[in-house]
Amino acid sequence: MSDRRIGVYICHCGGNISDYVNVETVRQAVANEPGVVVAKTAMFSCSDATQQEMIQDIREQNLDGLVVASCSPKLHLPTFREVARRAGLNPYRYTQVNIREQCSWTHTNDHAGATEKAVRLVRAGIARTNLTDPLQPIVIDTVPAVLVVGAGIAGLRAAVGLADLGLSVYLVEKSPNPGGRVGGLGAMYPHGKNGRQLIDRLVGEVRKRELVTLFTNAEMVAKSGTIGSFNVKIRVGGKAPGEISVDVGAIVVATGFDNYQPAAGEYGYGMDGVITLPEFKKLLDGTAGELEYNGRQVKDIVYIYCVGSRQQGGENPNKYCSRYCCNAAVHASLQVSEKSPRAHQFHLYRDVRTYGKYELMYNEAREKGAVFCAFGRDEPPGVASGPDGKLVVTVRDLLTYGEELAIPADLVVLVTGMVPAANSGLTELLKLPLGQDRFFNEIHPKLRPVETMVDGVFICGTCQGPKNSSESVASALAAVSQGASILKKGYVELEPLIAEVDPQACDLCGDCLNTCPYSAIEQDTAAIRINSAQCKGCGGCAPVCPKGAINLKGYTDSQVKSMIDALLKEI
Amino acid sequence: MTNVTSEGKDFNPKILAFSTNNISDPGIDLAGSSHLHYPPGVMVMSMPCTSGIKPEWVLYAVEKGFDGVFIAADGEECAYLPDCAERTTHMIKRAQAMLQQKGYDPQRLRMSAICSVCAGPFTSQIKEFHQTLKNLGPARKE
Ligand SMILES: Cc1cc2nc3c(=O)[nH]c(=O)nc-3n(C[C@H](O)[C@H](O)[C@H](O)COP(=O)(O)OP(=O)(O)OC[C@H]3O[C@@H](n4cnc5c(N)ncnc54)[C@H](O)[C@@H]3O)c2cc1C
Repeated sequence: MSDRRIGVYICHCGGNISDYVNVETVRQAVANEPGVVVAKTAMFSCSDATQQEMIQDIREQNLDGLVVASCSPKLHLPTFREVARRAGLNPYRYTQVNIREQCSWTHTNDHAGATEKAVRLVRAGIARTNLTDPLQPIVIDTVPAVLVVGAGIAGLRAAVGLADLGLSVYLVEKSPNPGGRVGGLGAMYPHGKNGRQLIDRLVGEVRKRELVTLFTNAEMVAKSGTIGSFNVKIRVGGKAPGEISVDVGAIVVATGFDNYQPAAGEYGYGMDGVITLPEFKKLLDGTAGELEYNGRQVKDIVYIYCVGSRQQGGENPNKYCSRYCCNAAVHASLQVSEKSPRAHQFHLYRDVRTYGKYELMYNEAREKGAVFCAFGRDEPPGVASGPDGKLVVTVRDLLTYGEELAIPADLVVLVTGMVPAANSGLTELLKLPLGQDRFFNEIHPKLRPVETMVDGVFICGTCQGPKNSSESVASALAAVSQGASILKKGYVELEPLIAEVDPQACDLCGDCLNTCPYSAIEQDTAAIRINSAQCKGCGGCAPVCPKGAINLKGYTDSQVKSMIDALLKEI
Repeated sequence: MTNVTSEGKDFNPKILAFSTNNISDPGIDLAGSSHLHYPPGVMVMSMPCTSGIKPEWVLYAVEKGFDGVFIAADGEECAYLPDCAERTTHMIKRAQAMLQQKGYDPQRLRMSAICSVCAGPFTSQIKEFHQTLKNLGPARKE
């Protein structure tokens, strides 16, 4: 029997669980499990009211263990740890049981099976909780400095923001100059501000701040340590090459994007007069008077949208929308109207996404005479050479009863999207997870948009996904506040769920000593010990011990075995 | 409720799946959020890293009544250990030897790399494993 006092809460999740799992049946089946003194169901366990009720139960019933059976621990583990903490219960005596993603939602076709499985899972959670010890987080002092990788608009703005909060910044840029893509732009949407000048101003702000050190021609080549205290090696090229070692508490990755490069022949790419939006933008920004291409006046321009974005097939299609391109193409069109007012402009699009305030640019472009034609995704426009050295673009226009148009063009602009920058070295070094789209992946798109699975490493700007420059800066500032919120406190608390050696069982054979890449296992004459600041809590050393003397806290031999027993118990 | 380890054509294998908190567990979660179906006899226990699984646990699970154990490994994605895949493979060999020694078919233990967005691959793998175990019959022959 157990002398523990455990509270169990089974969540309806407003029907997400209870439509498929009979939560009352589950409650009854676990109410008499060893150690359980409170067993309740709740409509939404994460609601304020239920959290309050839990706190009250913990205090009044003197609970020393908490089990919440609801959604994935990825969502609310921190929520309920906090509930425990507020109620005076050690947070490591709480267990989250996932009966939504791993039960109700995946067994929507089998209510009896889902209910039985939920009973088993909750029992296992209770069994584990019975064997939990109160643990204290490991406290690590933080270094008040940040490494920012990439000095595009996002990285530069992050550096300024961090320095203004009193943190030292090492800003590492791979190319010879800071500025990224914006540094190469002339007039930008929405206000026509010059990109080069914007960057010059920002670099000026960086230079004003003594706390920021900018390295160009530089790359990060090694990283060790953990959140709060990383050691990073930076290789600097250029005139005085060398390697520099710095200590930082956090890392902000702002390595940007690459332009989609069309394949030869894709919408006629490779033919004279077929160019990408970045190429066209360069031409426009470099032209003062009327627009010319290869010495010929440009009278007819056809834009083809969604090139390299929202792809349907092929190998590794880019299924996402690149977000900046409708706006940038419409803005380029307005620039053309100014320079060459008599030019004809045709925009062949799939959907126009000039979202938010940018819609006004779209209206203005139409008022200035630009023609917009919609094509279907199964019938992309064709590009061929026509008479008089011109190009001809054919398209079936969905807005005029599917009429087939043949538009003569001096220039065909492929409105290309963004692709993740090639950065395998960095990805490998930081162990950053990539999403299916191959951009860096955040932990949670809504709630934790700049944090990554790697503690202390943040992502911002377009390396996380397509963004325009103001969105890139907004995310850079989010990374600033997230990074600073850790470093300004002066310490971080790490999970105490680390390995532990049972000195009674350990015979000092030393088999474990070389198995830890973090050098967390230490031996002196009397004992083998785990260095709590070095241990990452992976448990990789545990199966190595021939005596079974190493256990990972939270995943001990007895916990796992009792969970297996509980999962198998007769229903 | 039905007894899922009973023999006969209603035999519904119980599978213990070990996942990892940061990589394969999110992949298995995604299977759920995408409402992909797999048999409810599959129960997942999440760990930090599959190289921390003790081979004794696999044997224990099978001896106590699981018909198979599935390891949803991180593959090359493990954030902790560069040689995670090798370690896990080594652990599996040890566990399979232990199973065999006790008269259990080593096929009752299977490993597959499941990434954080591998909802589809997890579902098809686990269903296929479920079928294999169905053909093998219950692990415990009372
Ligand atoms: C043709 C075109 C027109 C555009 N027009 C507009 C516009 O009018 N208005 C607007 O708001 N947005 C516009 N954009 C979008 C804008 O360019 C992006 O939003 C912006 O550049 C994103 O900034 P970033 O800092 O995330 O990335 P980037 O600008 O790509 O900067 C990333 C930086 O990181 C560096 N880097 C990469 N890898 C490493 C590494 N491993 N180590 C060190 N450094 C590294 C790169 O060299 C680069 O300097 C346009 C884009 C294009 C292509």
